[in-house]
Amino acid sequence: MSKSPSRTALRAGLAATAVVSLAACGTSSSDGGSEAAASLGATEGSVSILAWPGYVEDGSNDASVDWVSGFEEATGCMVDAKTYGTSDEAYQLMQSGGYDVVAASGDLTLRLIAADLVAPVNTDLLESYDGIFDFLKDKEWNSVDGVSYGVPHGYGANLLMFNTDEVTPAPTSWDVVFDKASDYSGKVTAYDSPIYIADAAVYLMTHSPELGIENPYALDEDQFAAAVDLLKTQNASIGEYWSDYLLEIQAFESGDSVVGTTWQVIQNSISSGNTDVVLPDEGATGWSDTWMIASESEATNCAYAWLDYIASPEVNAQATAYFGEAPSSEAACDFRDDCEAYHAGDEDYASQIWYWTTPVSDCVDGREDVECVDYSEWTKAWQEIKG
Amino acid sequence: MTSHRVSTYLAPRRRLQLASLLTAPVLWLGLVYIVALAALLVTAFWTVDELTGQVQIEWTTENVVEVFTEALYRTVTLRTLGIALLVTLIDIAVAVPVAFFMAKVASTRLRHLLVIAVLAPLWASYLVKVYAWRALLSSDGLIEWAASPFGGSTPGYGLVGVVLTLSYLWLPYVIMPIYAGFDRVPDRLLEASADLGAQGWRTLVSVVLPMIRPAIIAGSIFAFSLSLGDYISTKIVGGATQMLGTLVYDNVGAANNLPLAAAISFIPIGIILVYLAAVRRTGALRSL
Amino acid sequence: MQLGRVARIVLGAITLVVLALIYLPLGVVFLNSISTSESLSWPPPGFTLEWWGRALHSTGALEALGTSVVVGLIASAIALVLGTLAAMALSRYRFFGKETVNLLIVLPIALPGIVTGIALNNAFRTLMGVDLAMWTLVVAHATFCIVTVYNNAFARLNASGTRLEEASMDLGAGLFTTFRLVTFPHLKSALMAGGLLAFALSFDEIIVTTFTAGTGVTTLPLWILQNMFRPSQAPVVAVIAVILAVVSVIPLAIAQRLTAKDAEAVSR
Repeated sequence: MSKSPSRTALRAGLAATAVVSLAACGTSSSDGGSEAAASLGATEGSVSILAWPGYVEDGSNDASVDWVSGFEEATGCMVDAKTYGTSDEAYQLMQSGGYDVVAASGDLTLRLIAADLVAPVNTDLLESYDGIFDFLKDKEWNSVDGVSYGVPHGYGANLLMFNTDEVTPAPTSWDVVFDKASDYSGKVTAYDSPIYIADAAVYLMTHSPELGIENPYALDEDQFAAAVDLLKTQNASIGEYWSDYLLEIQAFESGDSVVGTTWQVIQNSISSGNTDVVLPDEGATGWSDTWMIASESEATNCAYAWLDYIASPEVNAQATAYFGEAPSSEAACDFRDDCEAYHAGDEDYASQIWYWTTPVSDCVDGREDVECVDYSEWTKAWQEIKG
Repeated sequence: MTSHRVSTYLAPRRRLQLASLLTAPVLWLGLVYIVALAALLVTAFWTVDELTGQVQIEWTTENVVEVFTEALYRTVTLRTLGIALLVTLIDIAVAVPVAFFMAKVASTRLRHLLVIAVLAPLWASYLVKVYAWRALLSSDGLIEWAASPFGGSTPGYGLVGVVLTLSYLWLPYVIMPIYAGFDRVPDRLLEASADLGAQGWRTLVSVVLPMIRPAIIAGSIFAFSLSLGDYISTKIVGGATQMLGTLVYDNVGAANNLPLAAAISFIPIGIILVYLAAVRRTGALRSL
Repeated sequence: MQLGRVARIVLGAITLVVLALIYLPLGVVFLNSISTSESLSWPPPGFTLEWWGRALHSTGALEALGTSVVVGLIASAIALVLGTLAAMALSRYRFFGKETVNLLIVLPIALPGIVTGIALNNAFRTLMGVDLAMWTLVVAHATFCIVTVYNNAFARLNASGTRLEEASMDLGAGLFTTFRLVTFPHLKSALMAGGLLAFALSFDEIIVTTFTAGTGVTTLPLWILQNMFRPSQAPVVAVIAVILAVVSVIPLAIAQRLTAKDAEAVSR
């Protein structure tokens, strides 16, 4: 994010939570502040990885999609991978333990750090780290106090998709899904997650400046109520809330949906040819994923080896292309022919993205005088919006 | 032989026989299921840590009060109940004639084929069938394609889509117990009724229907209860529709708020218990 | 039965239409499995056998199938034992609390899967403090499968009465001998039917499974759920569904034949 909010308040909140969770489980073997590895030793023989579907492919789903075998041959670390469907499921799985490495989105990373489930990462030990785009390094979702907690993997924006036959002229603003949504009543689609409230907040930042929203993940009561109202109005025009990307592809191809939020990969997969995507003038929300190492890991050397391997240009290109997002380094683009479509490395483009972050009551924009609405309230509000 | 000695010892002791039969199943269900349910219900009175989603043992009635007072839960409960009842009625209306034909009209050979034909789709994966319905209901789908020449159109994704899909999914579960119910009605009884001058339809209404009522109720328990907790089909063909299952799932899966999810679970548990209590006397629980 | 010709024809026609409706979506699934479009659009733009080739080489799907079969078999076996015991107790003995025990058996299937799922998940992880694994999944499945075995066995035991068993005891056979030589042979086909239903329930269960399967335990429905989200995998999933529906006819036919033989024996 280009607008860099002060994180003092957030850090205070994190520290407080860490104390609480430590007090709650006195038998915890953690010492409260995991240390990053200083050097690496021999690999342990196996590594257990938790990731989004499509991040750790060993050819068992599609023989031509395999970057795990190469890793196993090169390092001798056998990979045991598990996929998850939502950031919250990943959080639960990390709590239950048994994983060495996790690929986490921005709405998960801080929770993992706060609960001391992941350890800092010594990026000096990773050859691939140097090549990674600077605008992805040491951000509020992958570091605390300048201490890095992981390696960036890939990123993307939640774009505005529209049917070029039905929605003319081509929109440049999110107003087609908010103030003008009734024009496409029954054919508007929105992402089915509480985090989508931030999309409404991004819109309000431009269109209702009097609310004074500085960061769509730091909303006080009034700002939050305004965003919720906007979404309740939008609900009347919604045909479908989507969370499965295959469903959205099909809905746009068939014309069941004509306008709404999307990912670049969805546009790339649509074969009907009458859709287009745009990053509207107001900016957009997005995600930036991070490879992290579990604090309780007993396979640190294999874990570091995986972080280094998955960030190396050729493998990063393969994995991010398969998932449909921008890679983490310029060099990776040598192995992909679609970097332009994803605006990889385009710092201006990246600066318009508000990356997913968990909303907490200590406002992430640094305000000290108000309490922000936390994620559990976001969830309740989201259910009320859907009615 | 020890088994012989045990047998001789047990033979006159009915209580002991009963105890040795019942211990394992009752312990299993009690320890695994009832304890788990009780623990869940207790959780409804606890709270969670905002950031980490850890359940914290701080007693509060906040969740339960919220569930029973906020309009959201009332609306969704009524919608879910409506959908579940409608699905149940549609399934019974479709299943009764089919089951009757299978049991009392079809030849033995045809009957066996029909039973297989009704049961085979159960193996084709629930999820895949829901996706097939999504394809059917799409405005680019088969229903629209077939209906548009006649001025009709697809109901699309929404309440109607959910009702159609759920009725489809649970139909075999409703046909089978009703078929078994008809099968248990002796042909002689029907003949006797006809001999006494009753017409075909009157025989059906006054003799057969009361006899298969437990079977119909058994089938309805499947359709009703499976609809009551559904969230996956709703997500795929429901458009913007929310059901009770959606609320429970979202609170566990997305919000990490088990106490609130547990509090919402009170609603379907309550509904099912009332339903079971109401049908208990009919003997339906033994026809599932 | 004395039904008019018209009534028979009407009933037959209804049955035919309903069967056609039951198979229509399955037809769509089959078309998806050979369509060149990956996203269920109608009519299919073209046909290909690519997905069938890919499905037959998908080790992920085959492993998931194996897991589902193992879980289903163990869960059904447990349900067979517990369901039979409960059916014997409730059909052959009078005791206080019979209705409660009956309710106890029915409850796991009558309550919505999501309630059962989160209750068991919470019990395993919080109450017992164990990690979810294959066995937690088996325990969960066995719990809601008991009822199918129980009901089948109970109906058969009730229908057959106790005369044969009493005769066997009078002739000096012990409890176990009577069960082995009289009760069990009589129950066999009912248990077969109940067991098959239990296996089918377990095999296609997704909601309770989502909440009780441990890390790395992927049953076929879980695999399907995960792969519905992946590029180019939806048609492969359709192939698997078609194969399952076709293959399922074999055990169903065997079960039918067994039950039919039994029914003949009883009526004679």
